[in-house]
Amino acid sequence: MMTQTSIDEGIDNQVSAQAADSTFREVDDAQRVVPAIEFRNVTIEFDDRKVLNNLSFKVMKGETKIILGGSGCGKSTTIKLVLGLLKPDSGQVLVDGEDITNYSEVQMTSVRKKIGMIFQEGALFDSLSVYDNVAFKLHEQGVPEEEVESEVTRMLRFVNLEQAIDKMPSELSGGMRRRVGIARALVGDPKIVMFDEPTAGLDPPTARTICELAMKLRDLEDVSSIFVTHEMNNLDYLCSEYAVVNEAGEVVFEKEGEKLCLINSKVIMMRDGQIIFSGTDESLRRSEEAYIQKFLRGH
Amino acid sequence: MNIFTRLLLELQEMALLIARAATGLFRKPRYIPETFAQMDTIGVGSMTIIMLTGFFTGGVLTLQTYQTLASYGAVDQLGYLVSVSLIRELGPTLTALMVTGRVVSAISAELGSMVVSEQIDAMRALGTDPVRKLVTPRIVALIITLPLLTIIADAVGIAGGWTVSTFLYGLPSAMFTGSVRSGIQTDDIIGGVVKPLVFALLMGTIACHKGLKTDGGTVGVGRSTTSAVVTASIIVIFADFVLARALQLVLNTAP
Repeated sequence: MMTQTSIDEGIDNQVSAQAADSTFREVDDAQRVVPAIEFRNVTIEFDDRKVLNNLSFKVMKGETKIILGGSGCGKSTTIKLVLGLLKPDSGQVLVDGEDITNYSEVQMTSVRKKIGMIFQEGALFDSLSVYDNVAFKLHEQGVPEEEVESEVTRMLRFVNLEQAIDKMPSELSGGMRRRVGIARALVGDPKIVMFDEPTAGLDPPTARTICELAMKLRDLEDVSSIFVTHEMNNLDYLCSEYAVVNEAGEVVFEKEGEKLCLINSKVIMMRDGQIIFSGTDESLRRSEEAYIQKFLRGH
Repeated sequence: MNIFTRLLLELQEMALLIARAATGLFRKPRYIPETFAQMDTIGVGSMTIIMLTGFFTGGVLTLQTYQTLASYGAVDQLGYLVSVSLIRELGPTLTALMVTGRVVSAISAELGSMVVSEQIDAMRALGTDPVRKLVTPRIVALIITLPLLTIIADAVGIAGGWTVSTFLYGLPSAMFTGSVRSGIQTDDIIGGVVKPLVFALLMGTIACHKGLKTDGGTVGVGRSTTSAVVTASIIVIFADFVLARALQLVLNTAP
């Protein structure tokens, strides 16, 4: 596997000088050694069933951690713990080095400002238009309407849904709802983003669009994220492609190829609330564990 | 968990919900536009059914009591009987029950749907407290509008009684209105306004609590809505009895 420096050099040929400067400055930043998210021996039970059992892992700054696993293995519970929507029975959850395990709802407000959450079905507010959904956080903060308008437009442009600004959630397709959910989650430019099965039930091109958005956040915005999924094509996209800005100023997606190996995407596989694999997608595919092979092959 | 423990737990959760909703009144943001929107939905939206209920209750009360009063030679007290029955008892209780059917079910179903579609989690993830944003405006709107709806139901009910006594039984209009004016005491009006205030707090808390505790998908929404309406209806009738006795003691009107 290539070192961070050599990878940065590989990317260097394809990004603007300004972006490269920023990349090196951020690598030197001592704060980057503090994990964006850390789980320490986290256990949580529902109705006497251990949904997470002694779970420990880290998500570093700028890294995407893909959590794979079958239904009911504790994937969604994991990301709800990061947001403090659930509390663990034991263990610690740290966000940016801050132990949030016993934080109250009031204390969690400041932590949640750093985190964007994309829900499985979008979780858009039915009674609000697309504009009001995306603007929700800003309206709550009392931001002036002109600023709200420009931020909402910027976010909807990011997810390529500017034309849907006045629509109601009931008028949107499943994929559009997810993308509006992404735009809403990204308001305020959070440095940590949680994706809870964002492509479940979507057609392949729409699923690909959502993975591209996740790659743009990872590679161009330096966002740390947890991407929960059970779909293997998501893994293929996120672990083998990266986003760059070409000379024309457009975002394009390139394959990692022979010379470049992405190290900012790692995989965790969960089963019955425990991690049964942690590493890169290549080592996942090489694993001889029967459950992993069955999961990868689908039979 | 036995039924007694479960009941205690529910009471504890509702008390905490009221406390959290109350703190929402004293902290920013205060969600005043949401409160007005809820007042419109609950108050203005319930006007028609409340007026119809009040009118026909007053009318039927006159129908049923006229013969009895006539046999005692006390027809001149008809207006007093109808108005006191409405103001003290039937107005607050029937209004609360009608609003329970229309509003408690709607609040519970709306919040329940928001829970199962993860909208409540999304709201929390976006840094907004759902209790302050959703619960406080609904309870405050109920507390403001239910007494007003009750007063309207009382007034329309008395008009219904007057209509029946005047046009069906041919009693002089002044006899009915005169007995209403001379019969109603301040204590009756105080009791008639205090009751809906307490009912509104109980109904709002039950509706929001049941809605926010919804689980089990769309089936769960139906279950929590039914549970909210049944619980609120029973609690309103139970609270009516307790309040009636308490008001007798407080206002020194006990026989």
